[in-house]
Amino acid sequence: MNTELFGVISIFIISIVLAIPIGKYIAKVYLGDKTLFDPIFNPIEKFIFKISGINSTEEMNWKQHLKALLSVNMIWFFLCFFVLLFQGSLFLNPDNNPSMTPDLAFNTAISFVVNCNLQHYSGETGLSYLSQMVLMFLQFVSAGVGMAAAAMIFTAMKERTTEKLGNFYNYFIKSCTRILLPLSAIVAVALLFSGTPMTFEGKDTITTLQGDSVQVSRGPAAAFIAIKHIGTNGGGFFGANSAHPLENPTYFTNAVELWAQLIIPFAMIFALGFYLKKKKLAYVIFGVMTVGFLLLVIPTVISELNGNPAIEKMGIAQATGAMEGKEVRFGPAISGFWSIATTVISTGSVNSMHDSSMPISGAMQLLAMMVNAFYGGCGVGILNFYIFIILAVFISGLMVGRTPEFLGKKIEAREVKIAAFIAILHPLLILAGTAIASYFAAHDTAMGYWFSGNATGWLNNPGNHGFSEMLYEYTSSAANNGSGFEGLGDNNPFWNITTGIVLLLSRFIPIIGPLAIAGLLANKKYIPESAGTLKTDTSIFGIMVFAVIAIIAALSFFPALALGPLAEYFGM
Amino acid sequence: MKNIFSLLKLTLLTLILFAVIYPLAIYGIAQFAPNQGKGETISINGKVVGYQKIGQKFDKSNYFWGRPSAVDYNAAGSAGSNKGPSNADYLALVQKRIDTLLLVHPYLKKWEIPSDMVTASGSGLDPNISPQGALIQVKRVAKERKLAEDKVKALVESKINTAVVGPETVNVLELNMALDALR
Repeated sequence: MNTELFGVISIFIISIVLAIPIGKYIAKVYLGDKTLFDPIFNPIEKFIFKISGINSTEEMNWKQHLKALLSVNMIWFFLCFFVLLFQGSLFLNPDNNPSMTPDLAFNTAISFVVNCNLQHYSGETGLSYLSQMVLMFLQFVSAGVGMAAAAMIFTAMKERTTEKLGNFYNYFIKSCTRILLPLSAIVAVALLFSGTPMTFEGKDTITTLQGDSVQVSRGPAAAFIAIKHIGTNGGGFFGANSAHPLENPTYFTNAVELWAQLIIPFAMIFALGFYLKKKKLAYVIFGVMTVGFLLLVIPTVISELNGNPAIEKMGIAQATGAMEGKEVRFGPAISGFWSIATTVISTGSVNSMHDSSMPISGAMQLLAMMVNAFYGGCGVGILNFYIFIILAVFISGLMVGRTPEFLGKKIEAREVKIAAFIAILHPLLILAGTAIASYFAAHDTAMGYWFSGNATGWLNNPGNHGFSEMLYEYTSSAANNGSGFEGLGDNNPFWNITTGIVLLLSRFIPIIGPLAIAGLLANKKYIPESAGTLKTDTSIFGIMVFAVIAIIAALSFFPALALGPLAEYFGM
Repeated sequence: MKNIFSLLKLTLLTLILFAVIYPLAIYGIAQFAPNQGKGETISINGKVVGYQKIGQKFDKSNYFWGRPSAVDYNAAGSAGSNKGPSNADYLALVQKRIDTLLLVHPYLKKWEIPSDMVTASGSGLDPNISPQGALIQVKRVAKERKLAEDKVKALVESKINTAVVGPETVNVLELNMALDALR
């Protein structure tokens, strides 16, 4: 058990230490400074822009950024939707997997475009290799879009008054080629040599030692799994995601995959500090996020190590912790740690089945996605946190009677309205969705077209845990996370369409909001710091931001958590 | 309209870069990886009997058994049970597994059974069990194979993978192959 905790702590520390130089590198990329990869990527990027006829040096205002972002996403959605819809008759399909139903293709396409990767299918039987490759493309570009949006916010935070906030395509392509691609290649190679397959051959049929005939799914997995983590996408190649022995073969690959999902969210915060030359601000932000993260991780790891009290009552010692839904090669400590890492960051890959986690862990996983601002996904983590900063500046400004200013820009009614709207949208989508699904489940409604059979049929567990399954699905969708209490029967029109809508709204509105605020602020007059300025790079302000996050999350979500995992905990 | 064509071209080019060139490069490197990136297999006399990383079903009494599996160890798919920790049906299933283990290992005390032997893994394909999970089966396997208990126990101990970080594991397939080779 001590070696397990040692493993957890060392992975966490290594990730933080490496995030600093990588953050510096990311800042250089967005500043347009010279970097190591210039000789390779300068010609490639130039070629791409020349052929597409895009001027990547033209500076855009925030509205132009948004227009470019939204239109390119729409194209990707249609591309992916049609590939999934016809995959059965297209090439690269050695296992002859069928085409998707329209509602599943709709859900899957949206879910990969928005960097969520909620998967209502199983990779082995649900996708052709062609579809896997197209989804992998989306894992790159959706992460690149999030980072490009964050880069625009960085530019907007500079101490000057301007409308011109860099070029979306420039930020986007550079994020993909210079940050995501090299890191993914490193991770992919590490996985390859640890036993993850990378082949275009279909299923293998073997006779086992005991004499049974079984099939073994394979595929071009190593390349896919690398970007799945680097881009904080989380969609698994195989159905069991990173619990699958080929997707995550050893304790070492588990560490690599954990590192890979932590690194860019960590590094982006340091990048902000280097970009603005405000390292202290970055440390404050990182500190607040880390405190929040640890408050979620510690109870989870403890409750997983303590095991299942119900099984203990049967007389089975829980020395190795809670093992339902977990793999022996990982054990409960790192599985618990992973379950929080993957939910605070919007990865959503799993190395244990969250549906079988202990109730307290389930509550922490849910809370991590409800807050959705501790570290957060590629780029969008900063965007979500930005909203809370704006609210905290406003509230603390009112409390001490100073003009609310952030980085020399006055925060006024318009910005606060947008921020408040974004902060409220998240609980609204989660709770309204859960309420509708619970209503049907409570009345055991016959669902007709929407679900074959009565509504309780989609639950895999009774009582409070069943409620948690529905709550988790909408929380995961609204946080663009993609993990699930996978017992839920979610491949049907009801869940495919409702979560699809939640995914769309909860991806693009929380991008539009911060971009708008940042754009509006950038255009305002710059007020140099004076004695009357509220300092935002202090620990006091850090506590203030934390309080705002805690109040918003606790007030809006506590009742739902009480009905789900907390009730289950007290009932055990 | 011109804008849309630009974006289509941008999409096509990035698609080639990330969904063709990148995977092909990794595929190229895979040719130097174990078994050319097709998954590491284990063979006896040139005949493949399994994938080293993928668990197999063992239910014959002369073999060491692995963990319960939600997909019955058919690696065409993969899944956990997704049963919640307080689910009554699930707990009844665990009780049944305990009873079965006690029935075929009459010498066993309940508290000696590690929890991994009565719970299903996340993937349904877990290749490993805990060392304790293997040790409790030693007496049965030795009796079935008419081998000295010490010898089988020593074999299990030689197959425990210890690590600086992370839990100790025993690969069930490798253990059973070594068992078959034991004379």
